[in-house]
Amino acid sequence: MRRFPTVIAIFLSLMVVAGSASAQGTLRIGMTASDVPYTGGQTDNGFEGFRFVGYQVYEPLIAWDLTRGDRLPPLVPGLAESWAVSKDQPTKWVFKLRRDVKFHDGSPFNADAVVFSFESIKKKDAPHFDAYGSGQVSFRLASLKAIRKIDDYTVEFETDKPTSFVPYQVVYMVVVSPTQWQKFKDWRKFAEQPSGTGPFKVTRLVPRERLELEANKSYWDPKRRPKVDKLTLFPMPELTTRLAALRSGQVDWIEVPPPDAIPQLKAAGFQIALNSYPHNWTHTLRLDKEPWNNKLVRKAANYAIDRVGICKNLLNDTCIPSTGIAYKGHPWFGDPKETYTYDPAKAKALLKQAGFGDGKHPAKAAHLISTSGSGQMLPLAMNELIQKNLRDVGLDVDLQPVEWNTLLTRWRAGFKTPDNEGLNAWNISWNFLEPWSGFGRFFHSKSVVPVAVNTMPYINPEADKLIEEAERTFDLKKQDAVLAKLHEIIVDDAPWIFVAHDLNPRALSPKVKGFVQPQSWFVDLTSVSVTR
Amino acid sequence: MWAFVARRFLLAVPTLLGASVIVFAMVHLAPGDPIAAVMPADASRAEIEAVKRAYGFDAPLPVQYVRWLGRVAQGDLGRSIATRRPVIDDVRDALENSLVLAVASSVLSFGLGFALGLVAAFRQGKAVDKLASAIAIVGVSVPHYWAGIILIIVFSVQLNWLPAMGAAIDGGVVDYLRHMALPTVALALIPLGVITRVVRSAALDILAQDFVLALRAKGLVSRTVFAHVVKNAAPQILTVVGLQFGFQLGGSVLVEAVFSWPGTGYLLNLAIFQRDIPVLQGVILVLATFFVLLNLAVDVVQSVVDPRIVRH
Repeated sequence: MRRFPTVIAIFLSLMVVAGSASAQGTLRIGMTASDVPYTGGQTDNGFEGFRFVGYQVYEPLIAWDLTRGDRLPPLVPGLAESWAVSKDQPTKWVFKLRRDVKFHDGSPFNADAVVFSFESIKKKDAPHFDAYGSGQVSFRLASLKAIRKIDDYTVEFETDKPTSFVPYQVVYMVVVSPTQWQKFKDWRKFAEQPSGTGPFKVTRLVPRERLELEANKSYWDPKRRPKVDKLTLFPMPELTTRLAALRSGQVDWIEVPPPDAIPQLKAAGFQIALNSYPHNWTHTLRLDKEPWNNKLVRKAANYAIDRVGICKNLLNDTCIPSTGIAYKGHPWFGDPKETYTYDPAKAKALLKQAGFGDGKHPAKAAHLISTSGSGQMLPLAMNELIQKNLRDVGLDVDLQPVEWNTLLTRWRAGFKTPDNEGLNAWNISWNFLEPWSGFGRFFHSKSVVPVAVNTMPYINPEADKLIEEAERTFDLKKQDAVLAKLHEIIVDDAPWIFVAHDLNPRALSPKVKGFVQPQSWFVDLTSVSVTR
Repeated sequence: MWAFVARRFLLAVPTLLGASVIVFAMVHLAPGDPIAAVMPADASRAEIEAVKRAYGFDAPLPVQYVRWLGRVAQGDLGRSIATRRPVIDDVRDALENSLVLAVASSVLSFGLGFALGLVAAFRQGKAVDKLASAIAIVGVSVPHYWAGIILIIVFSVQLNWLPAMGAAIDGGVVDYLRHMALPTVALALIPLGVITRVVRSAALDILAQDFVLALRAKGLVSRTVFAHVVKNAAPQILTVVGLQFGFQLGGSVLVEAVFSWPGTGYLLNLAIFQRDIPVLQGVILVLATFFVLLNLAVDVVQSVVDPRIVRH
């Protein structure tokens, strides 16, 4: 019995000697997703699914250029060589497709594949309609109504109205191999042996555990042939598991390391990749009810928040303060009148001007927050600090924490349900990758729940006009200018409490070389190599 | 005897039906809904409703329950919403992994607990008894997820001896053993404590009985006395062992989550957060079945070991 510890020690050391060898040139990534993202094409798990599966195994006609970190990724030709909107019929877009591209199964990429992929999302009665995949992506292709094959390498999309946002929608539609699907005629089986044109091909799917991929040696763009031989993705929803896996050398890369662990990781030689990208963390306010129906109160709240303290002390510099939808330097930022600094005195004055305070008319609100969740950073700690900041100036906010999926479900239903009637705001983080995500879905009067997610509701004819003008402006520079003007108005109206922009932290082993952190939700893995 | 087994089998049916009703009601009454959880945050409500219809989640709950029960009766647990694989495949794979871990940690904890408990009883009040009691208290008191994290910090992060997470699915036997070492130890802690305490007190009870005195007076060597004590304590210990083994199978949610060990506990945990209702129902039903069968097995073994326990 006393010998037991010795036995264990011998057992353990035997196993140590026998094991510990990993393949050369393999990149192993610990994702935050709780499962392997759907591999059947139109992937799930939000943008993490696009990041590691959608855009690695498959490709869209128009792609993001993720090779640089010093600018917002522009849209570049993907499987289409060029595209143009018809001059006389601005609802028709012609795409010239790339020739000599092959799917992983060896079949050729052509117009039929594009039509097939589009129909799997939009044509509900097609035999190859993928109800699940369609649900994941269809709403991102909202304006695309029909597709027509012109010849083997030309297709034409038709939209419901003239809109310059088409490229921003096409970028979310990846192309799957019809030949491979015909072998199974079943999306689940296809997902187990998927076939796209991307730089990585799936070799093995172990649901809930891992996805093994290998480099596509015959990828059409020689500049983007992967440097690693293999890529393995692990779903690791637990923060501590990810950290332990990285530190013990089981993976080379983890998404979102805990902010507390960053100094420790740096000291141990790990690389921390950071960059700004279109993400914001806010409280979306209810505008048809006291206290947030008063613009002065909303401004007061925005002046009450110690954003620098949150990012610096709480989150170890993994975020930057937010004073609008976009951040300074973003083409949509413009030149807003208000710059929301930490100014409690000004906040108190604004509140007084609005008729609150002095004990007679206290400002009270109830905010629904989550306990965790994708993009939510450290919701509990951050919200407690915000609550204190607001209380300091005389705004009494009651925080109601719920589980992430519950928050999403309640948010989608809007404030006017029996459950949500007592609420004044919700704390959810957003992307503003393109004009619809950044503005259209929130700030157009036609986007009021249930059509889209203008839950506040924010009704401003001027904003409506500018959103519509941006959609009609096909010159991207001019479109940016219109959106900057819209941004100035929204910052001044303060329909949200702006708090922080995440910097997308990821921790990489010192063995990982050549990774460029783009200003994006997505990444280019082809430039990455792993030394032994 | 056989009549008893047959009756117990029949009684298991209403027990499992009851469990299925509770499981079904609980997972459906919990907030959040199964389709919303797998849809993007900004998907429209119309889109979500469409997918819901495709999965049959738009029907009233009792209708959904009857449909589900009908399929279960035919051995079909439905399909996972998240992976779209048949639930039965997911559950089978997970059960295999959990069984391996449960058996390993049971062998470790029952063997060690049995030895510790007996030694403590025979050496009551001595240093070795105090040591055994201390180990038992630590075993039942230390949360095993915490112990799991400490094991990871020491053996994976600091010493870099053993992997911190996952199961080696194709690395060969040695790699598989390396992956299961830490979760096995973490999982063995609680049953080790429980078994040690139960064995010690059961053995002490019997040691205090007159017949033991008589045996000793008869001049039997202590090894033979020991055998008598063990045999008499066995039924009581067996009950606890059976229950503990059941807990090992289903109660390892935290340990499996800490080590990302792809067993039933891990699957349950994922299914809860993904609101993957078919998986949730399938796993719980299978685990409930296991518990019922295990209890039955323990009852049968008890009557074999101690014929005085008559089963009607």
